[in-house]
Amino acid sequence: MSLRIVVCVKYVPDATGDRHFADDLTVDRDDVDGLLSELDEYAVEQALQIADEADDAEITVLTVGPEDAKDALRKALSMGADKAVHVEDDDLHGTDVIGTSLVLAKAIEKTGYDLVICGMASTDGVMGVLPAILAERLGVPQVTLLSEVSVDGTVVKGRRDGDTASEELEASLPAVVSVTDQSGEARYPSFKGIMAAKKKPVESLDLEDLEIDADEVGLEGSWTAVDSATERPARTAGTIVKDEGEGGKQLAGFLADQKFI
Amino acid sequence: MAEVLVFVDHVDGAVRKPTLELLTLARRIGEPVALAVGAGAEATAPVLAEHGAVKVLTADAAEFADYLVVPKVDALQAAYEALSPAAVLLPSSAETKEIAARLAVRIGSGIITDATDLEAGDEGPVATQAVFAAAFTTKSRVSKGTPVITVKPNSAPVEAAPAAGAVEALAVTFGEKSTGTKVVSRTPRESTGRPELTEAAIVVSGGRGVNGAENFAVIEALADSLGAAVGASRAAVDAGWYPHSSQVGQTGKSVSPQLYIASGISGAIQHRAGMQTSKTIVAINKDAEAPIFDLVDYGIVGDLFEVVPQLTDEVKARKG
Ligand SMILES: Cc1cc2nc3c(=O)[nH]c(=O)nc-3n(C[C@H](O)[C@H](O)[C@H](O)COP(=O)(O)OP(=O)(O)OC[C@H]3O[C@@H](n4cnc5c(N)ncnc54)[C@H](O)[C@@H]3O)c2cc1C
Ligand SMILES: Cc1cc2nc3c(=O)[nH]c(=O)nc-3n(C[C@H](O)[C@H](O)[C@H](O)COP(=O)(O)OP(=O)(O)OC[C@H]3O[C@@H](n4cnc5c(N)ncnc54)[C@H](O)[C@@H]3O)c2cc1C
Repeated sequence: MSLRIVVCVKYVPDATGDRHFADDLTVDRDDVDGLLSELDEYAVEQALQIADEADDAEITVLTVGPEDAKDALRKALSMGADKAVHVEDDDLHGTDVIGTSLVLAKAIEKTGYDLVICGMASTDGVMGVLPAILAERLGVPQVTLLSEVSVDGTVVKGRRDGDTASEELEASLPAVVSVTDQSGEARYPSFKGIMAAKKKPVESLDLEDLEIDADEVGLEGSWTAVDSATERPARTAGTIVKDEGEGGKQLAGFLADQKFI
Repeated sequence: MAEVLVFVDHVDGAVRKPTLELLTLARRIGEPVALAVGAGAEATAPVLAEHGAVKVLTADAAEFADYLVVPKVDALQAAYEALSPAAVLLPSSAETKEIAARLAVRIGSGIITDATDLEAGDEGPVATQAVFAAAFTTKSRVSKGTPVITVKPNSAPVEAAPAAGAVEALAVTFGEKSTGTKVVSRTPRESTGRPELTEAAIVVSGGRGVNGAENFAVIEALADSLGAAVGASRAAVDAGWYPHSSQVGQTGKSVSPQLYIASGISGAIQHRAGMQTSKTIVAINKDAEAPIFDLVDYGIVGDLFEVVPQLTDEVKARKG
């Protein structure tokens, strides 16, 4: 039986660009190039490795995002995923994490799955909670924030390096996994992979296909509201000193003035 | 006054500092009722009472340690149902954020994570967040359901505010789904004897410029002279010079100390995301063009192997 893996990938504004907010206090996506959230490349990589180990597996990459989010799907397909699902609907603009997770859960159920793999966090919202919410919504185990992951028959195993301890975890499939950037470098798409990706199927779904009411998502339907966003004032220029042999002592003087010593 | 449910982060009864900070913020929006679960839950009560908890709900069961996250969500939900609080607050850590998020879905509420401040507002608590690697500050609210908000360490002072802190056992039932992810084994992190990175008032970090695991001794010596925690950039961690648990940045720990000292770190956006909210920032880097200098209150352009040991000696001398 084929192992059905769904990888959730997010399309985000490039973190090295000048990110800011639009007038409606949502992320301005016009001024900065978008890309596949780098942390989701690790999720795609682990999906590919798990699929390699399995007798038979199929990897679907899934995104909820605007039209351009297809770029993120193409990147994941060129890395080696088999097919893609794109949930796109004008009413999704401004959806928060509760709404996004609702849409993802419905799309995952519609696609069919044994294993869902996510990144540890997106590089824009950086909440790091979506995988746990997905597990809650789907009613399956969460095996999250893994630095190592493997699937053995119908059991998923992994290591979670926490604040105070490192834990070995185990759960039965179906399950939701998220992987950290310690799980192993993601491969670069090969030329062959890029060419092959162009022919792979990308299915488009909208809210109606998923039987979700428009008022459950979008800015209006959100469970949270952003009242203001202000750019952090530029730091007042600090003192910068070239070390001429006394740099450490000068710095100690500064720390003493600031009452740190 | 409305009750505010506060989830307690503790290790075998020792309450971690971010929870005490959270009690300061909780008092701005109501009367804190604390929930502590797992081994040592009851032992948390005196310190919670000292910091304003009017009541401390406790629950202990093997499930909290043997299965991942969900049993704690069950406990939080039981407390939520018993109290009908005006808000649910948790300190931000990887695990508590997941607990918060699952509770939010269960009770049909919105969630805000990693707040850096919290105030009472006309339409419920208003949370401040530092977003886009702290380049922007936002103010947000939960607009549906009971606000569920997680707050970053070092967002508020710890203040004594003695309250009753009466201990009450909470009954929690675990469903089949709660025991889905088994913790097969747990290896506690070895203590370095230094302050915990996210809680420390001073953090001294080293990057690629430190150039070798053995050279981190230079960074550690400075940290010890200041009573600081040691951090590292991802480049230093990936090179195997320092443990991943010390990584500061987007995919590492997010720190907000009074003083952050970066040595041999260039200041990439992903590193800045984890330290830009530090109150005072100092950098030592031999490249005058390094982006970290855009952030600093005080910067030394120089070789860290000259500057850091001299600074350490001077700190020791001044502290006598
Ligand atoms: C600066 C900023 C702050 C925000 N703060 C909040 C907030 O406090 N509360 C709130 O409710 N919403 C917030 N949002 C909105 C939230 O980021 C989005 O709704 C989002 O898609 C889900 O959260 P995340 O990206 O932070 O997810 P994370 O939990 O960080 O993402 C983890 C993983 O989930 C998967 N994933 C996430 N989004 C998608 C997607 N659209 N398609 C496919 N897979 C996905 C990916 O695998 C990703 O690696 C914020 C957004 C921004 C830009
Ligand atoms: C998705 C993603 C997530 C990431 N998450 C993180 C994260 O959480 N944390 C993080 O730190 N990075 C993270 N990174 C990596 C980040 O982009 C940078 O690569 C990293 O921060 C660089 O580390 P560095 O500053 O130590 O090294 P470099 O950028 O190589 O800088 C080294 C600096 O040391 C200086 N130097 C060298 N020798 C000396 C000397 N003798 N004395 C003084 N100065 C010297 C050099 O001038 C240089 O400025 C992430 C990247 C990605 C793509």
